[in-house]
Amino acid sequence: MTATVASGLSEVARSDAALRAFLHGLPGVDQVGAQQRAAMLGTRSIKTTSKAWALDLAIRMVDLTTLEGADTPGKVRALCAKALRPDPTDPSCPPVAAVCVYPTMVATAVETLEGSGIHVASVATAFPSGQAPLAVRLADVEAAVAAGADEIDMVINRGAFLSGRYREVFDEIAAVKAACGSAHLKVILETGELATYDNVRRASWLAMLAGGDFIKTSTGKVSPAATLPVTLVMLEAVRDFRAATGRQVGVKPAGGIRTAKDAIKYLVLVNETAGEDWLHPDWFRFGASSLLNDLLMQRYKLSTGRYAGPNYVTLD
Amino acid sequence: MPTEQESPAATTEPTVRLAVRKTYKLFIGGAFPRSESGRSYPVHTATGDFMANAALASRKDARDAVRAARAAFGTWSAATAYNRGQILYRVAEMLEGRHAQFTAEVAAATGDRDAAAAEVDAAIDRWVWYAGWADKIAQVHGAANPVAGPYFNLSTPEPTGVVAVVAPPESPLLGLVSVVAPAIVSGNTAVVVASEDRPLPAVTLAEVLATSDLPDGVVNVLTGRVAEIAPWLASHMDVDAIDLTGVTDAGLAVDLETAAAENLKRVLRPAPASSDWAADPDVQRMLALIETKTVWHPKGI
Amino acid sequence: MVFEYAPAPESRSVVEIKPSYGLFIDGEFVDAAGRFKTANPATEEVLADVGEADASDVDRAVAAARRAYERVWGPMPGRERAKYLYRIARIVQERARELAVLETLDNGKPIRESRDVDLPLVAAHFFYYAGWADKLAYAGFGPDPKPLGVAGQVIPWNFPLLMLAWKIAPALACGNTVVLKPAETTPLTALAFAEICQQADLPPGVVNIVTGAGDTGRALVEHPGVDKVAFTGSTEVGKQIARSVAGSRKRVTLELGGKAANIVFDDAPIDQAVEGIVNGIFFNQGHVCCAGSRLLVQESIADDLLESLKRRMALLRVGDPLDKNTDVGAINSRAQLDRIRALSEVGDAEGAQRWSAPCPLPDRGFWFAPTIFTGVSQAHRIAREEIFGPVLSVLTFRTPAEAVEKANNTPYGLSAGIWSDKGSRILAIADRLRAGVVWANTFNKFDPTSPFGGYKESGYGREGGRHGLEAYLAH
Repeated sequence: MTATVASGLSEVARSDAALRAFLHGLPGVDQVGAQQRAAMLGTRSIKTTSKAWALDLAIRMVDLTTLEGADTPGKVRALCAKALRPDPTDPSCPPVAAVCVYPTMVATAVETLEGSGIHVASVATAFPSGQAPLAVRLADVEAAVAAGADEIDMVINRGAFLSGRYREVFDEIAAVKAACGSAHLKVILETGELATYDNVRRASWLAMLAGGDFIKTSTGKVSPAATLPVTLVMLEAVRDFRAATGRQVGVKPAGGIRTAKDAIKYLVLVNETAGEDWLHPDWFRFGASSLLNDLLMQRYKLSTGRYAGPNYVTLD
Repeated sequence: MPTEQESPAATTEPTVRLAVRKTYKLFIGGAFPRSESGRSYPVHTATGDFMANAALASRKDARDAVRAARAAFGTWSAATAYNRGQILYRVAEMLEGRHAQFTAEVAAATGDRDAAAAEVDAAIDRWVWYAGWADKIAQVHGAANPVAGPYFNLSTPEPTGVVAVVAPPESPLLGLVSVVAPAIVSGNTAVVVASEDRPLPAVTLAEVLATSDLPDGVVNVLTGRVAEIAPWLASHMDVDAIDLTGVTDAGLAVDLETAAAENLKRVLRPAPASSDWAADPDVQRMLALIETKTVWHPKGI
Repeated sequence: MVFEYAPAPESRSVVEIKPSYGLFIDGEFVDAAGRFKTANPATEEVLADVGEADASDVDRAVAAARRAYERVWGPMPGRERAKYLYRIARIVQERARELAVLETLDNGKPIRESRDVDLPLVAAHFFYYAGWADKLAYAGFGPDPKPLGVAGQVIPWNFPLLMLAWKIAPALACGNTVVLKPAETTPLTALAFAEICQQADLPPGVVNIVTGAGDTGRALVEHPGVDKVAFTGSTEVGKQIARSVAGSRKRVTLELGGKAANIVFDDAPIDQAVEGIVNGIFFNQGHVCCAGSRLLVQESIADDLLESLKRRMALLRVGDPLDKNTDVGAINSRAQLDRIRALSEVGDAEGAQRWSAPCPLPDRGFWFAPTIFTGVSQAHRIAREEIFGPVLSVLTFRTPAEAVEKANNTPYGLSAGIWSDKGSRILAIADRLRAGVVWANTFNKFDPTSPFGGYKESGYGREGGRHGLEAYLAH
């Protein structure tokens, strides 16, 4: 596939028809086979030093997230403190990759995290449904960027995608990318609404073709959110996209990843699908909130030999 | 056939029409050739009178018959079951139309006219019985298998391929039909060695087959010595199964089964000498000459 | 840092291997005429000393099976036989971990496979056939089908306990008794199964296990007291058996070799196809009669597919079979390794291009890196002969008709694979393939309900499913 894609890529977004022909020409995904491959990788047994390394890497990949109607600056400041020092009792514990908040909370996060190197990500584009006029969605992005967000998590127009208006989805992503300026754009596919792996593969390519820096599974507001097989399909897409274009795109599963064991399964998936180039916070993130504490508890178990309890990790 | 009686009272010799005899030949690939060897052998009635010369098939005739059967396999096995069923039924129709001829021929061979008529009746009915199986064997012997996973899984019977058949010696028509029909109904093609001493009904049946829309080569009939022809069929690497039903020499049967092992032919061992061909058949002969193919496919969206 | 998974070995301590084993005859372990040793192919360490049955031992076993058939098992109501088989299924489940470790030690297959494939299928097989024991009248083989008597069963070393289950479960369900000979390189799980029969209180003589090599197997197959022969193994031995039973009353089923075509069309779901190719040939080190050992790939995607395949093969983890992360374990024996090497060298000599996954191999034990040969044609020996190892021959085709022609151009006919997103094409191709099992968009899947067995020189008879009963019932 790679050779044919590379030669025709500049042309594929020229029209709806060309885009459709391209996306529908991608190899299909057999649901059962993809699920079995993901499940098989889930049986990898990661021990001792590898596990310690994997837990720290997973912590460094967390986009620590709060996306609630009840979010307040106080809540966000607490989250940022946790992001900086996930385990206050252990200075060797690394910080997370980013905090992820609503646009109204960006300023607070930026202020709290200034100079830390931790990124501030903002959801935008009328998250989570995206059901607002494009101008409103773009204004949302611009506001978040203006407030200091250096990463934007947009949602794609699933309605347009599912009704086959690929060019419209493409143009909107490109417009958002333009509105981002230097901020990194993560494109949320909301795979739970796309329903099939074939759609996930097509949406992944569409997002990458339109300029997305990351493809992200889910808003966290729709079930199912991230799953191993969905992430597998997206990792195959970024792998193939780089082979075709030379450009590397990141992947972010978000929602539903709650345990260290799950996180390590995702890292195995990355390692054996896209490869070690993606095993870095620049290229793989976890969108999560409760995951971090389980990673910390497992980290504690590994370093002390004792099982930890919830009172020994911080609440926020 | 026996000659006509002349009238003893005639003063002048009236012109009595001389019967036109049939030349009994082989049936290979839809044609009726003589043996390539040019040989024949005399066939006698039950009472020992000369009836006809039958072709004495050679190993090369057997080879040609296998080639014809293999060539026919693709089309016949791919025909719809409905189509195969109709053709087998057509054979019954054609046979019914020649009832008197077959009765006379079987009677001449066995010496019992009443039994011969009953044998022809039964042979016709047997074609009808097997004709009906064509589109049922897959339903009765196939299976939808409830595997423990998200898979469609279906087992279906398929024909084994080219089947060599040694027809029962004692029952020249019913016995023959009883081994040929179950072989071909599922899509196999056959090379049949007819009853050695009573081969003529087999050749006449070939004429019926040739006019029943049965594709050329689906059934090929050899007449001759079982001990001469069968070993070539048993050792032939392009024959998939061998039915030894009509082999009466136990030593020969062992040799044939041993030779058949070289390409792992499916083997039907000789039938007991007491076989009652008039008894109701069961599905065993069909099942012995089919393969079960199981196809898996994931179920996903 | 690269993500190197640390070793995650399964504990050996869950299994206790005795220093020596006898034969299991008439419910007891008894001494054999001879002895031989079985070793761990991953380390060459001797695991145990095992009895080698001679003709008189086989005779004793057949006599015990005959007694049990006539006095106990034959007359026993099906519902009672069923309960014994359910019991066996449960004990296998209870002891699954131990049996998986034992299988891996004796066979060399990865623990992931013995744990996740072999053992679950063993238990499932007994569970499935248990339910048939009192329902045989509904199986389509007549209103009152009868058992055959004593079954002599000879099984191979590639799936030792699973092949035992395939043989013993239907035989017992139908009311037969058995004498089973496991392969000489992998006798231990069969002997553990003998203990399971004891734990299940199975009547003595219903299952007899005679260990040994070819001579023991021949004595069993040719024993006049055997009514039914069931064999899984090489086509060569299968032909010998077919000859040896000629003229006898013995019924025979043979499950033999294969050289399956795995056909990949240009519209295949490529990532799953790559997984299927890998699973098709590297599952169980390629020691699989139905392995997809001939890859037939449509020429238009051949280069890209091979690139993906090589990338994937480079990820295969070859090594310690007890490591839970091992994908490809040890070759079962030195003899098999020699054969794989010899045929691979033939591939080189014939001009095919060899590529092996760049994986480190342990110093001791029997190992062969996952390997593909490209540029192979139907005329090459490596495209015709069963290698029975982790070696894939890659051929190309241009049209569906050519694919079918090449796929069928072999004396074998056990299995085949089809990869395509087009349903009608899959069904049409499946119809034309002369093979007993066709996996479409999947490969190497097994289930007790699903009949398995070959066309042509891959043998005759079916094992598994309702069809599997036919081999053990009189008609």
